[in-house]
Amino acid sequence: MADSAQPRSVVGLFGTQLRREIQTTARSMEEAVNPLIFLFLAITLFALSVGGGVEDLRARASGIIWVLVLLANMLSLESLFRRDYDDGTLEQMLLLAQPVFVPILAKIVAQWCLSGLAMTLLAPLAALILYLPTNELPVLLLSLLLGTPALSLFGAVGAALTVGLRRGGVLLGLLILPLYVPVLIFGVGAVSEHMAGVSINAQIYWLLAITMLALTVAPFAVQAALRISVEQ
Amino acid sequence: MSFDSWSEFFAMGGHGFYVWLSYVLSLAVVLGNVLATGNSRRRYLREQRDLQLRNDKRA
Amino acid sequence: MASLKEFWHRLGSPRWFYQISGLWLKLFGVLALLLLVTGSVWGLAFAPPDYQQGNSFRIMYVHVPTAIVSQSAYLVMGVAGIVLLVWRMKLADMVLATIVPFGMSMTVLALVTGAIWGKPTWGAWWVWDARTTSMLVLLFLYFGIYALRQSIPARESAGRACAVLAVVGMINIPIIKYSVDWWLTLHQPATFTLTQAPSMPAVMWLPLAINVLGIYCLFGANLLSRLRLEILRREAGTQWVRDLVARGAP
Repeated sequence: MADSAQPRSVVGLFGTQLRREIQTTARSMEEAVNPLIFLFLAITLFALSVGGGVEDLRARASGIIWVLVLLANMLSLESLFRRDYDDGTLEQMLLLAQPVFVPILAKIVAQWCLSGLAMTLLAPLAALILYLPTNELPVLLLSLLLGTPALSLFGAVGAALTVGLRRGGVLLGLLILPLYVPVLIFGVGAVSEHMAGVSINAQIYWLLAITMLALTVAPFAVQAALRISVEQ
Repeated sequence: MSFDSWSEFFAMGGHGFYVWLSYVLSLAVVLGNVLATGNSRRRYLREQRDLQLRNDKRA
Repeated sequence: MASLKEFWHRLGSPRWFYQISGLWLKLFGVLALLLLVTGSVWGLAFAPPDYQQGNSFRIMYVHVPTAIVSQSAYLVMGVAGIVLLVWRMKLADMVLATIVPFGMSMTVLALVTGAIWGKPTWGAWWVWDARTTSMLVLLFLYFGIYALRQSIPARESAGRACAVLAVVGMINIPIIKYSVDWWLTLHQPATFTLTQAPSMPAVMWLPLAINVLGIYCLFGANLLSRLRLEILRREAGTQWVRDLVARGAP
């Protein structure tokens, strides 16, 4: 299933993998959309649980959105490596691609586009139905934009560790949710501090720093984890 | 001694239940770790010795 | 410097480690017993009551050492993970496999004693403050390692998978602690802070230091003890182990 013309450059390798991801996703759009539907379904449940009260929801809006973004992202991570693992493309990629972290990064970027980025684009809708004040919206969007890459990167480590396991889904959540705690805190903290009229520079820098750290650490961890999963 | 009598010592100024519960639980966990390790080792060695004796007899 | 390299090289041999660890195990065990008994008795009976908390503060002498050692144990696991992934040292694999029970039990104990301390001190069994929440997240991190190992049947793969997870977890722990600390102290007044410690008279913090040392010795002893058993298990086919078993294995 390898391309007959192997691109030599790193950018070419990245581009090829990204194109492959887009093609795969296009074939099964419903699967890609499910986590997003889940996001709004869960928001509905929250709204119902507090009887739809404006003040209750407004006070919790950023927290609810962030937590559900974490959970929805977790759901979309399950299929990050699963299909390629099942049909053997993953093994090939590990053997042939040089350097291996390039197609891995392409897959993570594709997953982020479908989850983190998509949820950031849908966040205004979520904010609307949870009565988040409109002048907090830019901060929410910025925090999501900066924080969700870290979710996809660290999440990929969990996905790589559990791809070979039969019921890896719940275990995946168990492994990565502790790692998501700082992103959640600084994400919600940014909106909360902004609402209190305090500077949010620290939270923004932290979100950036965590994403940078994830970018540095995750590709290697994912690579190691994939090799372990594949050889079982 | 910070306490004037044994009964005062056990009462811990009204906080006796909490203090003693904590210490007893801690002791239990520490002992649990130590004993569990000791038992595993003893059991394993016994098993292996029996296995070896049986194999040597057969040989 | 040559001896350090030699030491590193020797660590690659489980047999050598088994032979030298016997003495260290006894040493750590005796020290642990002496230190923990001294520290606990001192803290329970001889330290003066705290002017704010009365006698409930004595729980500190078991709560703080367990909290400290539970975090250190995870760090040891993280370091062992790096050693396993980079140098493939068998001993590192065994350390990773044997630390979890002790580390998890210490974390649970820290959480429980913390809750018991909380009830008379600020009226609730549980508060979401910085230290309790960090400890809870640490418990989840431990549990993740445990759960991952259980779900991978092949021992070597499980060992390396847990190594990856332990390293990623270890790198994140400082960030998690900082973020939880910042966020929760923002929302609640700081509960008992250990920065009171330097202003504590020596007769109050010395038993704490003794207990902390004691629990580290216990950690060392327990780790060595479990490692030695694991070595016997893994090297079961070799002649030196067979001889050891036949002699009744000191």
